[in-house]
Amino acid sequence: MSDGPFPALPLQGARFEGAVLVEELAPGGQVSIRGDLADTTFAEAVTAQAGCAMPGIWQISGTPERGLLWMSPDELLLLLPRAEAAEAARALQARLDAAAVHALVLDVSDARARFRLTGPHLREVMARLTPADMAPGAFPVGHLRRTRLAQVAAAVVHVAEGDMQVLCFRSVADYTFRLLSGAAAPGAELAYF
Amino acid sequence: MSLRLSTGGRFTDRSREIRFSFDGTTLTGHPGDTLASALLANDRLLVGRSFKYHRPRGIVASGAEEPNALVGLGQGPRFEPNQRATTTELFDGLVAESQNRWPSLDRDIGAVNVALSRFLPAGFYYKTFLWPRAFWKHVYEPVIRRAAGLGRAPHPESRDADSYEHFHVFTDVLVIGGGVAGLMAAKSAAATGAEVLLIEQSPHWGGRAPVDGGTIEGEAPEAWVHRTLAELDALPNLRRVARLMGAGVHDHGYVLGYERLTDHAPGQPGPRHRLWRIRARQIVTATGAIERPLSFAGNDLPGVMLASAMRDYVVNYGVAPGQRTVIVTNNDDGYRTALALHRAGLDVPAILDARPMGGGALAAEAREAGLRIEPGRAVAKVLGGKRVTGVATCLAEGTGAVLEEIACDAVAMAGGWSPVVHLWSHCGGKLTWDAAGAFFRPDPARPATGADGAAMVHAAGAANGELHLSTLLQDAATAGKNAAAACGFTAADISVPQGEDTPEAPLDPIWIMPRKATPDLRMKAFLDYQNDVKLSDVQLAAREGYESVEHAKRYTTLGMATDQGKLSNINGLAVLSDTLGQAIPQVGTTTFRPPYTPISMGAIAGEARGEIFQPLRRTPLHSWHEANGADWEPVGQWRRPYCYRRTGEDRHAAVAREVTAARTSLGLLDASTLGKIVVKGPDAGRFLDMLYTNMMSTLPVGKCRYGLMCSENGFLIDDGVVARLAEDTWLCHTTTGGADRIHAHMEDWLQCEWWDWQVYTANVTEEFAQIAVVGPKARALLEKLGGMDVSREALPFMTWAEGTLGGFPVRVFRISFSGELSYEVALPANLGRAFWDRLLKEGAQWQPTHYGTEALHVLRAEKGFIMIGDETDGTVIPQDLGLGWAISKKKADYLGKRAQERSFMASPERWQLVGLETLDGSVLPTGALALAPGKNANGQRNTQGRVTSSYRSPTLGRGIAMGLVRHGPDRMGEELVFTTEDYDAADEAATTVKARIVSPVFYDPEGKKNDV
Repeated sequence: MSDGPFPALPLQGARFEGAVLVEELAPGGQVSIRGDLADTTFAEAVTAQAGCAMPGIWQISGTPERGLLWMSPDELLLLLPRAEAAEAARALQARLDAAAVHALVLDVSDARARFRLTGPHLREVMARLTPADMAPGAFPVGHLRRTRLAQVAAAVVHVAEGDMQVLCFRSVADYTFRLLSGAAAPGAELAYF
Repeated sequence: MSLRLSTGGRFTDRSREIRFSFDGTTLTGHPGDTLASALLANDRLLVGRSFKYHRPRGIVASGAEEPNALVGLGQGPRFEPNQRATTTELFDGLVAESQNRWPSLDRDIGAVNVALSRFLPAGFYYKTFLWPRAFWKHVYEPVIRRAAGLGRAPHPESRDADSYEHFHVFTDVLVIGGGVAGLMAAKSAAATGAEVLLIEQSPHWGGRAPVDGGTIEGEAPEAWVHRTLAELDALPNLRRVARLMGAGVHDHGYVLGYERLTDHAPGQPGPRHRLWRIRARQIVTATGAIERPLSFAGNDLPGVMLASAMRDYVVNYGVAPGQRTVIVTNNDDGYRTALALHRAGLDVPAILDARPMGGGALAAEAREAGLRIEPGRAVAKVLGGKRVTGVATCLAEGTGAVLEEIACDAVAMAGGWSPVVHLWSHCGGKLTWDAAGAFFRPDPARPATGADGAAMVHAAGAANGELHLSTLLQDAATAGKNAAAACGFTAADISVPQGEDTPEAPLDPIWIMPRKATPDLRMKAFLDYQNDVKLSDVQLAAREGYESVEHAKRYTTLGMATDQGKLSNINGLAVLSDTLGQAIPQVGTTTFRPPYTPISMGAIAGEARGEIFQPLRRTPLHSWHEANGADWEPVGQWRRPYCYRRTGEDRHAAVAREVTAARTSLGLLDASTLGKIVVKGPDAGRFLDMLYTNMMSTLPVGKCRYGLMCSENGFLIDDGVVARLAEDTWLCHTTTGGADRIHAHMEDWLQCEWWDWQVYTANVTEEFAQIAVVGPKARALLEKLGGMDVSREALPFMTWAEGTLGGFPVRVFRISFSGELSYEVALPANLGRAFWDRLLKEGAQWQPTHYGTEALHVLRAEKGFIMIGDETDGTVIPQDLGLGWAISKKKADYLGKRAQERSFMASPERWQLVGLETLDGSVLPTGALALAPGKNANGQRNTQGRVTSSYRSPTLGRGIAMGLVRHGPDRMGEELVFTTEDYDAADEAATTVKARIVSPVFYDPEGKKNDV
């Protein structure tokens, strides 16, 4: 949207340096896709659009910049550059409609806030807030969990060891940032996993 | 007197001295002391006053079971009442105060209650304060509440200075308790490869074994503990955490653990407490056992202590609770204390063994040591006032006739052991009576079970009733192995070490000491120290017909204090069963409920305090509102501006200004919180026809339609405008509070009932900022921005279009909740603020007025539009609100249709929506009732209607209201009498107001203003 109005980040790029670093990222382009994940026509259209394979259950395929997140048994989230999102959503919906595949594709690039957390003992930081199992065996790199952080819904994406991303709804960006900053407060380090 | 011994103390560091204060006096102790051991070292026997009689009380125990030594700990924002001195680790600068005394611990006025104690029997309150009835609330209860309670609550304005957190972990096997049984169980479970988490409530590992003696593999227990800890620490699949108490066992292996990180070192960085939320596949409870007191007269005097606690103080802290200690016991364990005291160089003038034949090998050892043993003897009563000065002895089987007085300054009582079965029992594990040990132990045939119906909890060691090293280690190893096997791990061969301890002669339960104690002695024998329940109270309850242990507990308050009867429950129910003439297992126990000991409110709250007590949802324009005088109101978890006050303006004036601006020029509203749900698929039209009362499948693409949603029971649950985006796609707007609820409602029907319908939904509420541009100048502003045709012809009322405005990608809905010309503009949320700024800038010539939710309400009320939550309250159907036009008569079905056809729902007697105008122009109170003649069957005044919403209309310059009135629409022009907020039936003339029934549409009934 180089020639259009400039989109504002929910928290204007908030940042907290504690036991781990918490940074707000630009949400990027996000396209919500609902459909029958086992349908090959659906899968072909989606993977062609995404440029990566279908993700396994609780997993991410591709990269956080251009990839597919497994969101639920009938839902994926396509991550891509923001400038491409609206057209990608339109094109994918058109392709699926043309193939008579029942699916819902929507550009939701503005619906969520996105945070990146990097640093040591990140699993412990997240385990303060999410009831999902953060142990290495249960939550390896390349996995994601749709879960809750304290009182709000969120997705936690495990990008690399010591590097995670959190997606939450835009309206609770401030709450989530405070939560993450609190859990990452220095002096509260815990080495459990 | 109690004192610090010249040597000893496993836990204390004698090389350092630290200072603390108790009731303002500065005292000293050593690192490693508990507050209790340090108080004893300073001869502070008297540490508190009892709850009911204000009797002087001292330290009885050495651990979590302590009933008496509760103190107020800390100061200011770190003050906390009811902290157990026995589990409070001493630190430099600790400040403690005693509780439940006034003006001081030594001279306590409330102690007069002791003299009155014969007039304060069990059930005293129930019996005494029944009459007159009105006195309970205003006289008795306030007085009793002031007199009752132990500690004082922190000041209401003080704020906890510390932070708290939660921590979620999963494990295969959780072992609760770090004594030798816990270590053994953990080792055995970990040897299979299972993930094991081992937790211990105290700072120390090894439990009682190092104090109680015996050998493991021929070495002292402490040596084995050290070796085993080193082995466990080498395992990658085992973690252990001290100062972490297993607080509660819940369904599906969910266990709450309470970790106290900085209680022993306040002010350190990091959280004070951490609440562990543990998901364990299997649980081993190795929680040990607690010694029981004996019930003799004066057993609550400072200086009377559990025998095991006494040797804990000597061995662990190098502190002697007394210099001359009489031992009274009904089992061999009492001799262990006698020997420990003797070895420490302290006097033991007599061992009163209630058993006629005396004890076994330990008794022989004591005899060899030259100690005086009196078999068949008991304590008749303890002598002394604020501390023990001696005991009067008697025959154990007698009435208490005194045989001899023995001078002493402490009494150690050994009444046998009770396994800590709390955590075993929390989730339904059952108990069985062990007659030999006279205790309840876990019944392995009836454990707490998991989702698969198989055992989820395994008890180990003393907690399982295996009190002796000779059998305990094998028992614990088996428990650990079984727990791991239940997780699917194959048992590994580990050698179970052989434990040995001195064989013991059988215990002789003596629940009342002496067995035929006279009433005056029974009135001085305490069962529950913390709640001041005596032998005589429980016996009285039994005589008065409280046969159920649960009833007797509540009647006498036995076991209902903060210690939850850890010392008193078994003794109390034994006395109850004895009085009732029933066997103990027939009487049974009361229910064991979590937490095991009280946990802090801070730990429960975790991070949820201050700014993040609750999520606060913010629209993309939130910060602008904040900077521009928003007077907030909560709407669900959102904050929305109620109005924007200018300098010198009150709320009423601001609302009036905002309403007028929208009616006459240009208003702007942040409508981003409105729910927005996309519904798509071949069956989407059919689906929406079922969800809404009217037809949505017939709505043409490009158009909007107002719709109502009802529950299955016919009641109105939400409303909003639906836009058809494409042949198979609709966008449903919901109320602000309805977005998540209605989305869940849709998914519920799709996933559970109509799972074969091809429909997908997506809640896109957060994707869009939505701004209502309202008023006669609305079109002029959008045209000035330019980019798309928003004329009446191109974009008529109740249509929508996509395009750009001022370069912003937008979807524009020509809908109106105000009755004015109005556009709702939706655009990507992150562009919302920039668009809003542009609207203000470009609209400057028309003085654009941002308005809040109250102006929104007034505007809609002037038009007679209903509001979900005002006109509806869960009992209202659309037909009540004159919304029959929005209910399809053609459809075969919709959610709520059948319910609405039932006789009561179709009754013409239902109250129906009308407008209301006060005759004097005043504003009716919301919720005011319309009076009707006569009274109902309950003697209440009859009513015939109520006000559902009411405002001052700046447009009309008077109060307007909507309400539900019986036969309302047929009674236009009729006058009704409404209650005011200070309605008084005796003076209706002055406390009612008259209003006329009118149409609910007060403004522009033809709808000309919005269709321009």
